[in-house]
Amino acid sequence: MYGKGRIIPALILFLGVMTSPMWFKSADVSKMPKPEKPKDYTECVAPVQEMRTSHMVLLNQWRDDILREGGSRIGKTANGTEYVRSLQNGCMKCHSDKKKFCDECHNYTSVKPYCWDCHLQPKEAM
Amino acid sequence: MDSKRRDFLKIAGLSAIAGIAVPSAFNSLLKGEALASEHGAAAAGAHGAVAPTGKRWGMVIDVKKFSANPGLAEKCVSTCHAVHNVPDFGNKKDEIKWVWVDSFNHVFPDDSSQYKKPEALDSMPILTLCNHCDNPPCVRACPTQATFKTKDGIVAMDYHRCIGCRFCMAACPYGARSFNWRDPRGKDANGQPFIKAENPKFPTRMRGVVEKCNFCTERLAIGQIPACVEAAAESKALVFGDLNDPASEVSQMLKTTFTIQRKPSAGTHPSLFYII
Repeated sequence: MYGKGRIIPALILFLGVMTSPMWFKSADVSKMPKPEKPKDYTECVAPVQEMRTSHMVLLNQWRDDILREGGSRIGKTANGTEYVRSLQNGCMKCHSDKKKFCDECHNYTSVKPYCWDCHLQPKEAM
Repeated sequence: MDSKRRDFLKIAGLSAIAGIAVPSAFNSLLKGEALASEHGAAAAGAHGAVAPTGKRWGMVIDVKKFSANPGLAEKCVSTCHAVHNVPDFGNKKDEIKWVWVDSFNHVFPDDSSQYKKPEALDSMPILTLCNHCDNPPCVRACPTQATFKTKDGIVAMDYHRCIGCRFCMAACPYGARSFNWRDPRGKDANGQPFIKAENPKFPTRMRGVVEKCNFCTERLAIGQIPACVEAAAESKALVFGDLNDPASEVSQMLKTTFTIQRKPSAGTHPSLFYII
């Protein structure tokens, strides 16, 4: 093989550089987001997995239902606990610390939702 | 050969006639239908032709009571603006207003009496807000359906969808919409926030969206009356209720008292009525 003295080390170097994020980041489990769950409440408005993947869809559904269809502002969990279908007045009642809950995962996944451009986060946690 | 040419010409002629006659026949049929349906819609939309169903929130504003209680109109404005986190930018150009006080001539510009009217009118503080029209021009103008009419007659806004094109502001005959030229969460030159005290129950808006009175839909949902009506409750200067309910206080009031509306010639059918 012509020029293998340069090609093979260069290929190894290239592979090393390309996979470097794997070596440096993914093994580090301690950097996984750990959103702080509310202490006084054990049940959310939907199962955990559903909330994890589609809480933003749920928020949009609440908004359209309440604002456009005149839907109820009060919802009920599977166990019958009543809650306010509102980000500011509902979600933040339990998840009162935006930094320790929302921002944990949003920062990790580099998602920048614009909720807080208008909605107010609870004062005591700011 | 001759007979064949003859046949060809016959078919060509028939096709030409059919080609001209059929579409025009269709057109005239379609036009007839369109006219008929237009007529039907006009009949259904005519005032009083069809009994109204569902809720339609409305308000009666007694201007005399505002004259009798100086400062009351300002109190209504400040209450509303505090409840809804309306910023005060400190200048007219950037002003955001949900409810405001204006002069008679500005609120009722198509008054045809010219100068032949009581002088006292000029100094009367006239409280005015979004008319929550039955036929709102702003809703037709909005390209994103960010503003819409709810089932209970409120012209509402979804600020998430507003792209800030301001077509609704151009369409509204009453100047009831304001644009956020500046960040409402910001601070003025002296470091004072534009929103003096934030109401934690209600969101603010962001720069680049239009905002307006929402007839306190968030308060109505939990059984409260609008904030301005509550502020004027003592003097009964503002009466709020369901216009479609003949037993409601507003309906009773409108039955017994002569009222005027803003710019009736615009054909918007406002839900606000003024006792002058």
